[in-house]
Amino acid sequence: MALELTSEQRCILDAKDGRSFALAFVCTYANAVGASSLIPIVSAHIDGCLYHGQVSLDFVRHFISLGAKVAVPTTLNVGSVDLIHPGLVHDDALNTNGRALMHAHLALGCAASFTCAPYQLADSRPPLGAHVAWGESNAICFANSVCGARTERYGDFIDLACAIAGLAPCYGLHQSENRRARWMVSVTPGALDNGLVAIATGHFIGRMGQGRVAAINGLDPSTAEHELKGLGAAAASTGAVGLFHAIGLTPEAPNLEAVFSGGPPEETLVLDERALKAELALLSTVSVGARLSAVSLGTPHFSSAEFKQLMPLLQGTKSKIPFTINTNRDTLKYVSECGWDTILRDFGITLVVDTCVYVTAILKDLSGAVMTNSGKMAYYAPANLGCEIAFGSLQECVASAQSACVVRL
Amino acid sequence: MTRVLVSGEAAGEPLVLTAPISFWGGVSPDTGIIIEKRHPQFGLALRGRVLMIPAAKGSSSGSSVLAEILRNGSGPAAIVLGAPDAILATGALVAQSLYGVSCPVIIVDENRFQMLATSAKLQISGPDIQMC
Repeated sequence: MALELTSEQRCILDAKDGRSFALAFVCTYANAVGASSLIPIVSAHIDGCLYHGQVSLDFVRHFISLGAKVAVPTTLNVGSVDLIHPGLVHDDALNTNGRALMHAHLALGCAASFTCAPYQLADSRPPLGAHVAWGESNAICFANSVCGARTERYGDFIDLACAIAGLAPCYGLHQSENRRARWMVSVTPGALDNGLVAIATGHFIGRMGQGRVAAINGLDPSTAEHELKGLGAAAASTGAVGLFHAIGLTPEAPNLEAVFSGGPPEETLVLDERALKAELALLSTVSVGARLSAVSLGTPHFSSAEFKQLMPLLQGTKSKIPFTINTNRDTLKYVSECGWDTILRDFGITLVVDTCVYVTAILKDLSGAVMTNSGKMAYYAPANLGCEIAFGSLQECVASAQSACVVRL
Repeated sequence: MTRVLVSGEAAGEPLVLTAPISFWGGVSPDTGIIIEKRHPQFGLALRGRVLMIPAAKGSSSGSSVLAEILRNGSGPAAIVLGAPDAILATGALVAQSLYGVSCPVIIVDENRFQMLATSAKLQISGPDIQMC
């Protein structure tokens, strides 16, 4: 199916400026994925601020040299550097190049959000049914699943090209017929808390789903939004998951009939308490009692609701090891307004903004394991940081920090 | 069914991945070596190989890693996919448009994928894949 442009889109293409270069890129991509048209988008989220090498800078600077600007409100994903707390990142090349890359994106008109969870910013949450072009796998999964907005899994480069063009290829998850569930997971949680059930379920649907949209039935109706965030982040780490439906929780999934309107599930798998625990066990490379070098929370960025959950746990002995929490600038402000920043500091917690410890050089000693309550961090840290990893609940992470070894509650 | 995502010419020995991979976190952007410890092909280098990937997965930063290893010369010669993967197609497209480095990306059906995987060498030109 050949791509067809409107006369207005053809005019943009003929202008031979930054926007036309972006549009040409979007067109090539649209042809590659078999899209027959382009659709206007209302926002973009750019995953181009992490410095992966020279190519990251070359691409953005090419747009700057053409005088390009983003055509829609555009947020930026985490960068390699915490611009608010200089000195946290201890790699000089990364500091220089990472900073240059973040500033280059600002020159294109993007907002200085530097967060992997733009949906937690008050004015950046995409409305139900809106077409957007988002990058960053967890943000894509959240925008589609929890907000009910429509984005495909845009990667680096194409997200920026869409933002500058103001257009995206109309294919995949932009189209209603591809948003129906194809398989089902039936969860029987037993004694596990909602947060752990969410991470285990996410890990499972990514691992088993072969990229198909899953319907998840049986999650507790009180499952919080940050728990769905953790679910999506884990699912998008272990598999090509851009959308899931949690029956009774996410906006396109009021009931099973709504998500299976295209036909019955191709398969239904059951996750009982034993299977959920087995899934969680896959996230740790060390056992109870193992020595820890650090605890890290906030992958994706910690929300104000998660801080609220954490604060009452910070009592007694302070952390014996480095303890970091990644969050965004707005939440950092909220935390100080609540007067929590001193309590956090007194417990030995370092707040990291604009970036995330699992993608940059912040943790210095990695000779022991790192503990986290994030399925995404647990999945990626061994390769990214070259460390052993322990996954546990929020309570277990705090208790383990106080003992400098893995504690199970 | 063969579909070309990024067109070009290439030749090389196939490297068949027996599990999906996320380039970001799974492949070193400096060396093009598979660094995901749990991956069955952990430790192997992509340089010059026709990379055969049965299914896509993982982070949307994969495009940058692919474009970077193509820029620094440690990338694959071509990619043959069992399922569409726009993230890898983008990475290959950037390397082509910024640096003129070619890395064709082609989707084939399952039978063809299995057959090509047994070949000692693959030669790619546009939509044609020759076993030799």
